[in-house]
Amino acid sequence: MKVLVTVKEVANVADDFEIEGLTIPEQFLEYDLNEWDDYAVEAAVQIAEDRDEDVEVVAVTVGPERSEETVRMALAKGVDRAVRVWDDTLAEAALVGPTAMARVLAAVAEAEDPDLVLSGVQAADDGFGATGVALAEHLEYAWAAVVNDLELDDETASVRRELEGGVEELTSVPLPAVLTIQTGINDPRYASLRGIRQAQRKELDVRTLADLGLDPAVLDDDLTLTGLARPESESDATLFEGSAADTADDLETVLRDAGVSAE
Amino acid sequence: MSDGDVLAVAEHRRGELRPVSYELIAAGRDLAADLGGDLHVAVIGGDVDSFAERVNRAGADVVHTVDEGEEFNHDVYAAATTALFEAVDPSVLLLPNSVNGLDYAPAVATRLSIPLVSDAVDLTVADDLVVTRETYGSKVETTVEATTPAAVTIRDAEWPSVEDPGDATVEPFTVDIDAPSIRSTVRGFEEVGAGDVDIGEAEFIVSVGRGIDEEANLELVEELADALDATLAASRPIVDNGWLPKNRQVGQSGAVVTPKVYLALGISGAVQHVAGMKGAETIIAVNTDPDAPIFDIADYGVVGDLFEVVPELIERFES
Repeated sequence: MKVLVTVKEVANVADDFEIEGLTIPEQFLEYDLNEWDDYAVEAAVQIAEDRDEDVEVVAVTVGPERSEETVRMALAKGVDRAVRVWDDTLAEAALVGPTAMARVLAAVAEAEDPDLVLSGVQAADDGFGATGVALAEHLEYAWAAVVNDLELDDETASVRRELEGGVEELTSVPLPAVLTIQTGINDPRYASLRGIRQAQRKELDVRTLADLGLDPAVLDDDLTLTGLARPESESDATLFEGSAADTADDLETVLRDAGVSAE
Repeated sequence: MSDGDVLAVAEHRRGELRPVSYELIAAGRDLAADLGGDLHVAVIGGDVDSFAERVNRAGADVVHTVDEGEEFNHDVYAAATTALFEAVDPSVLLLPNSVNGLDYAPAVATRLSIPLVSDAVDLTVADDLVVTRETYGSKVETTVEATTPAAVTIRDAEWPSVEDPGDATVEPFTVDIDAPSIRSTVRGFEEVGAGDVDIGEAEFIVSVGRGIDEEANLELVEELADALDATLAASRPIVDNGWLPKNRQVGQSGAVVTPKVYLALGISGAVQHVAGMKGAETIIAVNTDPDAPIFDIADYGVVGDLFEVVPELIERFES
C-alpha cells in the first residue's frame, strides 16, 4: 500500500506586520508546517505502523527550498521519502488557487499512484479548504472532507466527518481515495533525535512543472490577487490598562455587575 | 457567455434547512441585481417540496427541486449541481462554505473548469467578480478577482438571512445520475460531545485557548472557574490536544453557548470559535495580542498576560 500525504509550509504573520503592495515582507513572516498537515502526516505514519503489509508513505509539497526544513520534519516523523515541486513559474505566481494547486499535486499523485491521499483540511495561511477535494476530482478518486476518525481496510476507508454543531457523519468511501484530515484526529508525535538524523538521508526529490509534464498554463485559474489589507478593527471593546492588579480590579467590577459571584 | 444569473444551492441536514441557505439568498440576490440576472435557488434531496416552499423568499426567481436521496451525499450533490449549472448557465455559482459545501464545491468547480474562491466574506461586481476573504488567521483581508462564470462559497453569518416571502416559480429538475458514480456511502450520524456537563446551558463561562501553553496550566483556569462559580470551556486546540473533553468545546464544531458572561482567556477568536460564543451577553477577553480578532467582538478587554491577570482575579473572588 502507498499513502501520499500533502504538506505545506505555511506563513504566519507577526503581530506588527506590514503590507507592501500585494505582499507581506519576509521579515514579518514565520514559517512552519501547516497544523492540519501535521495531523495528516501522523495519520499516514500510523497507517504504516499499524498495517501488516508494507506501507510506503510519500510526502509531496509545493514550495521553495526553504520549505525543505518543513518537509524534513515530516520525514523525521516517519514519512519514507518526499517530493518537492518548485520552479520559477510557481515562484512568480502571486496566487495559486485550490484548483490550480490540485492540478500540480495531481501530476505528482498520478506518477506515485497511491492507494490513499491524506491532505490537511485547510492551510493556515490561504485557508481555501478546497485543494484536497479538487485533487480527488482530478484523480477521479473517491474522497471525504473533514475527517476526524479513520479506519482502513484493503478496499474501504470508513471515516467520520466532523460536521458543524457536534454532529459527526459516518461515511465509507472505496479506495483509492483522498481524505482531508481535521485537527484532533490523533496526537501528532514529536520527531525523535534518531528520526531527525535519519531524515537527513531520506530521499527528497525536487521537480519542476516541466519535469511533471505540466505546462506553465496549468497555474492559470482565472483568479487574480488584487488586494491585501489589514482588516479595520471592528472593536468597540472597553480596554483596561495598567498593572495586572489594576486590570483585575476593573474586571472584578465588570464581573460582579454582570452577576458573577452574587449570592 | 452567461447572462448574469446566479445559482445558489441550499443546505439541509436531517430534515432541516441550515440557516446559511437564507444567507445564500441574500448574497445571491444582491449579485444577481448587480449582474442584471435572475437568482436561481436549488434544493437537492430530502423533502424537496417543503424545502422549496421555505427557500421561496424575496429575491429568488426560480427554485429548482432535485428529488434525489434524503441526506447530503457529495456525489449526488456534485452531479446535480454540475447538471443544474449546465442547464441554468449562471455567471456565479454560490455554495455554502460549510463542511458539506467544501465536500462538493471543489469537485464541481473542477468538473466545470471554472475558478473557485472559498470562504467569501464579501462579494461585489466590477469587471470581474471581486471576492473578499480572510487569510493568515483573519489577520489579513485579501481581495481576489475571478472571471465569470465562477464558483464561490460564502462564510456563514456574513450575509443577513432573508426572511420575507418570495414569488419564485418552482421547477422540478431531473438529473440522470449514473449509479457507479455514487461512491460514498453515508451510514449515519452521531451526536458527539455529550457528557457530564452541558456548557450550552451555562450562565457564566470561563473559556481557555491556546494561550494556556501547557496542560498543567489548566489548573489555574479551573481555579478561576471555581472561584467565579463558572463553567469551564475551551477553544478547539485545547480539545484537539486532549486536555479537555469534547463537551467543553465552544465553536462551530462544538457547542454554541449563550451565557451572561463569557470570559475568554488566551483565545485568539478565530471565526470558528466566534460562531459558538458571539451570542454571549457580555464578552471579556484577555489576550497578549492586541490585534487578536477576539477583541473585535469583546465588550471588555485586557491586552495582557493571563498568567498575571488570572491569579489576581482568583484572589478577588476566592471566598
